[in-house]
Amino acid sequence: MQLEGKAVVIDQDNVDTDVLFPGQFLNVLDPERMKDHLFEGLDPSLRDQLGGDTILVVGENFGMGSSREHVPQAMKASGIRCVLGKGFARIFQRNCFNLGLMVVAAPDAVLAARPGSSIRIDTGAGTVEVDGATFTAPAVPPFVADMVGSGGLVGYAQRRLAGA
Amino acid sequence: MPRTLAEKILLAHTDADDIAPGDIVMTRCDIVMANDISGTLAFHEMAKMGAARVWDPAKVVMVADHFMPAKDVRSAEMQKELKEWAIDQGVAFYDQGRGGIEHAVLVEDGWVVPGSVVAGGDSHTCTHGALGAFSTGLGSTDIAFALAFGEFWQSVPGTIEVTLEGEKRAFCSGKDVILAVLAEIGCDGGTNNVLEFVGPGAAALSIDERLAVSNLAVEAGSETGIFPADDVTAAYLEGRTDRPWTAERSDPGAEMARRLRIDLSSVDPLVALPHSPGNVVPLAEAKGQRIDQVYIGNCANGTMTDLRQAAEILRGRRVHDRCRAIIVPASQRIYRQALAEGLLDVFVEAGAVVSTPTCGACFGGGNGVLAAGENALATTNRNFKGRMGSPEAGVHLGNAWVAAAAAVAGEIVHPADVLEGVPA
Repeated sequence: MQLEGKAVVIDQDNVDTDVLFPGQFLNVLDPERMKDHLFEGLDPSLRDQLGGDTILVVGENFGMGSSREHVPQAMKASGIRCVLGKGFARIFQRNCFNLGLMVVAAPDAVLAARPGSSIRIDTGAGTVEVDGATFTAPAVPPFVADMVGSGGLVGYAQRRLAGA
Repeated sequence: MPRTLAEKILLAHTDADDIAPGDIVMTRCDIVMANDISGTLAFHEMAKMGAARVWDPAKVVMVADHFMPAKDVRSAEMQKELKEWAIDQGVAFYDQGRGGIEHAVLVEDGWVVPGSVVAGGDSHTCTHGALGAFSTGLGSTDIAFALAFGEFWQSVPGTIEVTLEGEKRAFCSGKDVILAVLAEIGCDGGTNNVLEFVGPGAAALSIDERLAVSNLAVEAGSETGIFPADDVTAAYLEGRTDRPWTAERSDPGAEMARRLRIDLSSVDPLVALPHSPGNVVPLAEAKGQRIDQVYIGNCANGTMTDLRQAAEILRGRRVHDRCRAIIVPASQRIYRQALAEGLLDVFVEAGAVVSTPTCGACFGGGNGVLAAGENALATTNRNFKGRMGSPEAGVHLGNAWVAAAAAVAGEIVHPADVLEGVPA
């Protein structure tokens, strides 16, 4: 999978899903409306920087805490194409994969990225290019690559139900 | 080849002949659980998948517990959808007033047995690891898939063996055991691993205390926190379940990702300061912090053990004039038992609010959220910024003795100081 976009940076470790999408708004079920509460407890102004080509650049253990899927749902609806980080909390990472949102852990690439950096990711080749400098990224397991490539777990399930 | 307990459980729930950490395997579920938040989102994803019915209604449990009782019309609509879906699908459903907080209900009602796999639409599903299950929290799309196919994908985790030695000090509970672990490994030290609790200190913990320990495994990033089943587990399950189970543990010589030893005789009551459960200090270092609200409850520490500890402090005493106390039994069963033991009287006489079981303020859903500038002492599991209401509030995590003592003093104090200082 090849992804390309501009960096929006959250330069912080251990960002939890409560600040990314506070609990009081978990009664919102429509992803289009979830967008209005993304980053609410962290920095709501970040919402204005998101577009169709955003690569969100984050620190260590991003997405720790609650399993609330509102976070990646809202990210996807807001035009985030990929999350590039130093490291991710398990449930957040799998929620992204399940929604077809690629997550790449490449600490060196994160250190090189600045707000607005041009980023190109090739998950097959295991490379991340930041403003022309190339860094390596770990291989994505084949199951995950296949699932994310088919649009996430919904697409995977549809294929399974179709007997494919 | 020697295997860890988690590997044994997963291997018995896959078609694979062999597994090793890092392998991704489709894992069969014994129970799939969701609530009014994760469930409703999951139903929508399941519909997108094109799956009309659950794979096995006898293995699905839905619990209304988060925005409960409904805080507004949207929450009410989610609970309505949860109820109608559960009735239509013919699955087990605990409505408000019938169950309580999902993790308490599943354990109390015998849904979970050692060696089983539980997929839950809530990160604190790791709580059930206290009974020796591989019980793990997942998001709503995972739950949708599990409802449709009875499986979820899982990367085989490593195991961090936590050996508990020595006897707990006075006024220390399961909460202090897991806070001691968090102090040691931090909020990501358990990522891609399960925590397995062994040793004489683990054997000596009651099921209520094991639940508190396993509950916070996810705060270390772990998939679950497992106590291998023993006599204490067997005694607890007696009369609760007719599901078959056998006691398993990690093989001697099984490869561990890490080994950790904690001497409980050296652990004081602990407090996690705002805004991270990994921000742990001995109680003495938090002493004197003004407390505006005490919250005793939630899926970690709303058990009978916790309510009895709180009552020990609050009996014959008053909640401090500057402070309010909210007490939330984790389940209807616990609520009734506390009523029968006279504990609810003790709390009401002390000037505390006694609430119906709910997730409520623990996740900022309602039922006691905090104002800007306020400080809380809660027996819950998360004190992230804004978790219990205003992002300008501070939440301190501690055990039920420490919480009740803070309610009486209006500040963080050692429970012994309250018991000795103010005659009951």
